[in-house]
Amino acid sequence: MSRLWQQAGMLLVLTLLLVLSAAFVPNFTKWENVKGLLLAVSLVGMISCTMLFCLAGGDFDLSVGSTVALAGVIAALVINKYGNAPLALMIPIAAGALIGSVNGFVIARIGINALITTLAMMQIVRGVAYLISNGSSIGVFDKGLTGMATWSFGGLQASVYYMIALFAAFGFLLNRTVFGRNTLAIGGNSEAARLAGLPVVRTKVLIFMLQGAVAAFAGVILAARVSSGNPDTAKGLELQVISSCVLGGVSLTGGIGTISGMIVGVLIMGVVQNSMSLLNIDAFWQLVASGVVLLAAVMLDRLKSQKA
Amino acid sequence: MPLEFRAIGKEFPGVRALEDVSFAVGEGSVHALMGENGAGKSTLLKILSGAYRADSGEIILNGQSVSFATPVAALEAGVAVIYQELHLVPEMTVAENLFLGHYPAAGGWIKRAELRQRAVEIIGRIGEAIDPDMKVGNLSLAQRQMVEIGKALSRNAQVIAFDEPTSALSAREVERLFEIIADLRSQGKIILYVSHRMDEIFRVCDALTVLRDGRHIETFKSLEGVLPGVIVERMVGRTIDDIWGYRPRAHGEVVFNAQRITGPGLAEPQDIQVRAGEIVGIFGLVGAGRTELLKALYRGVPGCGGRIEIAGTPVRAGQPRDSIAAGIALCPEDRKKEGIVGLRSVLENTNLSARRNHALAGVVIDERWERSNAQAQVDKLRVRTPSLQQPIGLLSGGNQQKVILGRWLSEDVRVLLLDEPTRGIDVGAKREICELMYALAETGVGIIMVSSELPEVLGVSDRILVMRQGKLVAEVRREEASEASVLALALPVGEEAA
Repeated sequence: MSRLWQQAGMLLVLTLLLVLSAAFVPNFTKWENVKGLLLAVSLVGMISCTMLFCLAGGDFDLSVGSTVALAGVIAALVINKYGNAPLALMIPIAAGALIGSVNGFVIARIGINALITTLAMMQIVRGVAYLISNGSSIGVFDKGLTGMATWSFGGLQASVYYMIALFAAFGFLLNRTVFGRNTLAIGGNSEAARLAGLPVVRTKVLIFMLQGAVAAFAGVILAARVSSGNPDTAKGLELQVISSCVLGGVSLTGGIGTISGMIVGVLIMGVVQNSMSLLNIDAFWQLVASGVVLLAAVMLDRLKSQKA
Repeated sequence: MPLEFRAIGKEFPGVRALEDVSFAVGEGSVHALMGENGAGKSTLLKILSGAYRADSGEIILNGQSVSFATPVAALEAGVAVIYQELHLVPEMTVAENLFLGHYPAAGGWIKRAELRQRAVEIIGRIGEAIDPDMKVGNLSLAQRQMVEIGKALSRNAQVIAFDEPTSALSAREVERLFEIIADLRSQGKIILYVSHRMDEIFRVCDALTVLRDGRHIETFKSLEGVLPGVIVERMVGRTIDDIWGYRPRAHGEVVFNAQRITGPGLAEPQDIQVRAGEIVGIFGLVGAGRTELLKALYRGVPGCGGRIEIAGTPVRAGQPRDSIAAGIALCPEDRKKEGIVGLRSVLENTNLSARRNHALAGVVIDERWERSNAQAQVDKLRVRTPSLQQPIGLLSGGNQQKVILGRWLSEDVRVLLLDEPTRGIDVGAKREICELMYALAETGVGIIMVSSELPEVLGVSDRILVMRQGKLVAEVRREEASEASVLALALPVGEEAA
């Protein structure tokens, strides 16, 4: 019952934000703006799916922003060399999965904490992205690759559909599969889970592998959308993703998380940023405001759970 | 009276831990607090020390109503509680621990020399030869307990409560502790003393209060002429026989055969056999290696060796997963840390292990089976929970334990390893868990039960194994076992005691 209230609480915040924005922010309700808003949250939305698993499993992953950048760069290099779009999609995803597997192995098997492991990986991956691109963006002009991100349906761009598909897929994984249930149990109490015979290491490695693969997929789609693989892109993205999850009621210490909550969190973040842009608020202030929203939301959450 | 409890009440989700508890404690006296596990003694101490807050009632100290928000606040007001689990920082020195939170300091700088000198003084008062510069992590358990007492002295506490202080001490250390307590009494301190050991109570205590099921049963202002039997009767509220409700049963072939088992905390390779339908109790003092033995049998820790057979078939020696697959299940000692996933629901906790066997292709869960299995276990074990969706952390200890048992009932269990199955569980639930053990044994499951409570081991087991210092040292048949004989076997002897 308290969990229902918890989720309803954030839903309430989102509703309030939507009403206020609709009333006071010019053009907020225009279809053009709604499309833009959904497109803007798609990158964070996609990666939040797997970050939810990471957090619910009791870890987190700071390397996703770097993985996005590296995947874009690899995709650009592959497409320019071989001209094969499926290859330019699959190779970065494989690289992402590899990065994630290493994270997962080091964290779950060797037992180094997630903060240090993924912080190190964030720097390594970013460095590699600079190295293989010589530090500058690489243009992507192949129609096969850009076409993956530029198609649209009913006015909404491809990325939005990818995000929705991932929401559905990971919602199913979390709620309806042994893997999803095990993730929550391991995050809630990994020692109890281990003694109950759950494959703790295997589950964690799989979580991080999926995380890397999804971040890489998002990175390829981003590069295809903006026609360039940029080693500088998506800096600080990991924090936006984690913020969205936490806003959506995902516990930072593991064991609690729902897809619906996470989606609400992603939308809250998106609406706040969108409204501020429409109001022509300075980008630096937007940064400050995002932080304040996160703090306020988390404190509200804390207050509620103390009462419950 | 300088310390008085007035109508104290405290409720946890699903359990009424304390209800209308009132009694007074005089200064310069040692007041015993007795009762079974789950009677509310620890809860009362935690309320006194500020770790919990009472839902109702008040504590009167020196004529004033006090309520401490935190243990630190209680300490500052002169109330120190020394718990079974000690609250020391292992990486810091004895001197630093003694004055933790109130170092002699000037302008934020710790006065090292004064700290050390005052530490030496405190250690002198305890009368134990402890090096003040030694890291607490390197001390023996008994020495750490002395440091904990020293902490209370360093605060100049007026009220000192001991929660089962002797459970980890050797006979010589117990004597030393009693001397310290006598000394504190002569200084006019108010001393509360929680223990299960009747002999100790009669040696050191002046007065005694009995709690049962969270209620105040009786306070004896003096122990003169009071018979131990009377106290026990007050504690259990019935004759002792029917707590355990033991019933004999036939035993089958050897179902569990473990040979040369090694593991962390075991002094030498151990053998143990259990027949189908047999309940084997393992008794030992704290630190004897009981939990370590069970963990090694279950492969619950890395570094275990030896050979295990289930009904003659060798078990792949690997991880808990392999043990479960072979039909070996463990209910761990520390329910909260090792048994339950507190945040998740009763349903999830029940199906934690078995769900993959019922999932489509081992991947997609069968929601209908999960619900019906969880409901079946909840009904069968009479788990008191508002719904299957209730987070298990909000249930009482007894109901949590039932869910863990239920988890194994939905698997094909041949051997059940129970580590302190009724610890922290109220009397009624305790009986239910015992009944469940008998019922399982009657279906041919072999059970190994570890307990630190001698009456429980004697009351439930068909055969008793005694552990001492990392090895099994004796085997006693139910008919031949008595508290005195089993305890004597468990106590360290001769050069071992050193």
